[in-house]
Amino acid sequence: MDFLRPTTLDEALALKAERPGAVPIAGGTDVMVELNFDHRRPEALLDLTGVAELAEWSTSDGQVRLGAGVPYTRVITELGDVLPGLAMASRTVGSPQIRNRGTVGGNLGAASPAGDTHPVLLATGARVEVASVRGGRTIAAEAFYTGVKRNALEPDELITAVHLPPASGAEQFAKVGTRNAMVIAVCSFAVVLRPGYAGVALGSAAPVPRRAAEAERFLVAELPWQTPVPLADSLKRAFAELVAGAADPIDDVRGSAAYRRHALGVLARRALTWAWDDYRNNGGERQCA
Amino acid sequence: MTSATSPTSTTPVTTPARTSEEAAGGIGSSPVRPDGTTKVRGEFAYSSDLWHEDMLWGATLRSPHPSARITGLDIAGALAVPGVYAVLTHADVPGVNRYGLEQPDQPVLAEDVVRYQGEPVALVAADHPETARRAMERIRVDYEELEPVTDAQAAAEGKGPAVHPGGNVVRHVPIRRGDPRATADVVVTGTYEVGMQDQAFLGPESGLAVPAEDGGIDLYVATQWLHVDQQQIVAALGLPPEKVRLTLGGVGGAFGGREDLSIQVHACLLALHTGKPVKMVYNREESFYGHVHRHPAVLHYEHGADRDGRLVYVRARIVLDGGAYASTTGAVAGNAATLGVGPYDVPNVSVDCWGVYTNNPPCGAMRGFGAVQAAFAYESQMDKLAQACGLDPVEVRTRNAMSEGTVMPTGQVVDSAAPVAELLRRVRDMPLPAGPSGEPDLRRLPGGVSNTTHGEGVVRGVGYAVGIKNICFSEGFDDYSTARVRLQAVGGEPAATVQTAACEVGQGLVTVLQQIVRTELGVEQVTVEPMDTSIGSAGSSSASRQTYVTGGAVRAAALAVRKGLLGRVGHVPGELSVSGGKVVSTRDGVLADIVDVLGDDVLEETVEWRHRPTESLDPETGQGTAHVQYAFAAHRAVVDVDTELGLVKVVALDCAQDVGKALNPQAVLGQIQGGSAQGLGLAVMEEIQTDGGLIRNPSFTDYLIPTVLDMPPMNIDVLELADPHAPYGVRGVGEPPTISSTPAIVAAIRAATGKPLTRVPVRPEHII
Repeated sequence: MDFLRPTTLDEALALKAERPGAVPIAGGTDVMVELNFDHRRPEALLDLTGVAELAEWSTSDGQVRLGAGVPYTRVITELGDVLPGLAMASRTVGSPQIRNRGTVGGNLGAASPAGDTHPVLLATGARVEVASVRGGRTIAAEAFYTGVKRNALEPDELITAVHLPPASGAEQFAKVGTRNAMVIAVCSFAVVLRPGYAGVALGSAAPVPRRAAEAERFLVAELPWQTPVPLADSLKRAFAELVAGAADPIDDVRGSAAYRRHALGVLARRALTWAWDDYRNNGGERQCA
Repeated sequence: MTSATSPTSTTPVTTPARTSEEAAGGIGSSPVRPDGTTKVRGEFAYSSDLWHEDMLWGATLRSPHPSARITGLDIAGALAVPGVYAVLTHADVPGVNRYGLEQPDQPVLAEDVVRYQGEPVALVAADHPETARRAMERIRVDYEELEPVTDAQAAAEGKGPAVHPGGNVVRHVPIRRGDPRATADVVVTGTYEVGMQDQAFLGPESGLAVPAEDGGIDLYVATQWLHVDQQQIVAALGLPPEKVRLTLGGVGGAFGGREDLSIQVHACLLALHTGKPVKMVYNREESFYGHVHRHPAVLHYEHGADRDGRLVYVRARIVLDGGAYASTTGAVAGNAATLGVGPYDVPNVSVDCWGVYTNNPPCGAMRGFGAVQAAFAYESQMDKLAQACGLDPVEVRTRNAMSEGTVMPTGQVVDSAAPVAELLRRVRDMPLPAGPSGEPDLRRLPGGVSNTTHGEGVVRGVGYAVGIKNICFSEGFDDYSTARVRLQAVGGEPAATVQTAACEVGQGLVTVLQQIVRTELGVEQVTVEPMDTSIGSAGSSSASRQTYVTGGAVRAAALAVRKGLLGRVGHVPGELSVSGGKVVSTRDGVLADIVDVLGDDVLEETVEWRHRPTESLDPETGQGTAHVQYAFAAHRAVVDVDTELGLVKVVALDCAQDVGKALNPQAVLGQIQGGSAQGLGLAVMEEIQTDGGLIRNPSFTDYLIPTVLDMPPMNIDVLELADPHAPYGVRGVGEPPTISSTPAIVAAIRAATGKPLTRVPVRPEHII
């Protein structure tokens, strides 16, 4: 197995074009596990840790551009205020050591249905920036996940960044696991509220992470946007049903389909309550001011 | 609580500066472990770190099927891979192709059938581990798959095909005491299930076999019992014992999972065949197939009591799934049966326990060894009884608590402290944790940082349990240990060495052996020599027995050395002792420095030490004085349960345990914390899930063990009620906390949810 170590993005793209079978590796928290378990034997690894421009983030045109190689720990410490939902999801990834190495780009590259950041990326309406020697493009998050551990990348493309809007209302992420830390999602849920906007997505409950479009439309139509009052139980219940209905879960070693559907409903109800309370107490006021 | 008394010294010159118990770093203190610093710094050499010039790497080809006939085996493709030095099958086993702890029923390499998924079929040695793995893929094995036997209950009833020629019952243990037809006013029944727990030791199976010039082999390996490994290896290799020498490698945890052989014979075969050193290391996934697990169990119980909750009878039928090979199933069944009613005084008992063969993963020793499974059932029943009688769960237990003098269901009279009621009262009277207040801290809530609740749906529950465990090997086993202690002057200071074959598996035995020698010889500098087979057996590092048995042997050897030392002083008035490097007389104080008494001589004594003998059980009635010692622990668990999501946060897990004498108080606390955590794992998350004999979760991604956010800080109350039959009065420590932890937590979850919860681990689906 060859170990390719580019130091610039151009060099990395050239190598990827030349060796489309090379597997990109950043933190290695997914790729190394697959290698160790002998589930995967790529002809080459393309080590992106030497490409400095991937490990940067910036803000422009009202969007945060988060480099694919920024580890979760930095998302939490440097972007916790700007991207609270993504920071919440990042906090649930593995252990401190894993969070020091693992990256959002890696989460996207692996495209596991259980990846922790996916629901937040979907709910915030993030776009994935990819590049190749042929040029660059961005892909909407909901178009990025194409199947179990499959994504929309062409063989010569690399994930370079994620673009997402800074929080302007409220964001919540919640994940169910059968341990209180360091656990893979049995199911996960994100909700993002901005004035007149609702993003709702779920993870580990369908072949791909997915948005709950009907639940989003419901919130846009039914939330009492103009009056900062607590939400009616009937609204929460209806929302929870729509979220559970958007799932297409399976029975597996981590939990049953029925449990996942049930738990998503509970998470939806709770997370919407927290998000709405944040929104009406903080975010909403900020918008009004 | 542990405490040390200070002697009043009136005339310092003539009074020993310390009592023997207070020798610096002696028993009763908690000196730094000799292996502590290197382990904390990540510098300790585990057996997986072993290295030898020119060594080869061994790999094991395993059966993908739980039950199949092997119809063809072709190794030519693997042999053709460059870098491959050997490919071996059962035909290359020179001795007997069978091994096993209780009965030799397990092939070193499969012959015509495989009986479980992961059974070793062939071995490869190559110059690189990856080469070995790739070569393994080129071995062609033709399997004719068979329907696996997976129903242990049916196996116990003699139904279905036989996994082994003698049928599927490995052992049936009946216990009969009193009136088998006793009746009672209050009757509670229940059927309980215990899932397959794994030891989940962090250091995978590993070792290095080095061929020797004499045609023999030197094996460095992580194990629990060097001599029983040696016995099984020599049988398989067809070599005399002196040609197979074992040295303990650095062991990263054991918990019973290293009692059975893993790489031992395989590495030796490859090394002898190639004439080169061979290293073998399992990866995490292979480790799940490479060692035995805790027996899953189905337990049917009926308790009869009077209206005051006093037990009249207990009837139980217990089925333990031993999987494909016997391992220690017979002894585990013996424990589950003899301890099957728990630490209670019950006049009429009828227990039947079956340990059976199936094509599920083989099961054997794990911390608690049969007592864990029974305790989940009998403690669940005691809570049911409490409810039926309108009693508090502590009250129903204390009313039935056994005590010193109680006659066990086996007829054995308990002849040392059995403070069951006292332990329960102590945990009941500990302060309860505060309820939630102020802003919710996710780390203290069910779901942790996963942000599943800010308090919604969370209900608190409290539960109690108490358990019983036999300490040391039982049922007439000749359970002994061998120790050699040497005393000499080194650089003008007295120095002792202690040698045994007792395996340090992480429990801190090396520290305790040093402490014993310091106390008995009055010297501070004590070196523990590497553990190997150049000395006689120490028995297994299991059954909570090493401090008792090897501690007893080391103490006896040290006392023999001390006797020799004091003999050299000659006849002087007063009673002599050793302390602080000096020989001291009760009348005249310090008489001499030990180094001066020794001169250039070396005093050395070797002792083979036994605890008092036990008896086998009557095969019809289960009567007999089968156990050496009983040990007890009680837990009170407090849990917060998210009743809508089924997630659990154990907020308190407090324990009271009698340890007889805490030779090393800090190590005692460590054992209680660790054992309680392992019990917590079984209560709420740890299970090897199988489907048709196949393991579904062979990784730490899906086999979950508790993290620091799952395990609460503990209040621990250590009682020291000396057992007059044991050295220093010690009572085994390691297993009891694992036993009562699980049922206490489940009782607390029941209290919070009102759900019956008859199976562990409790899953979210069971709670909602």
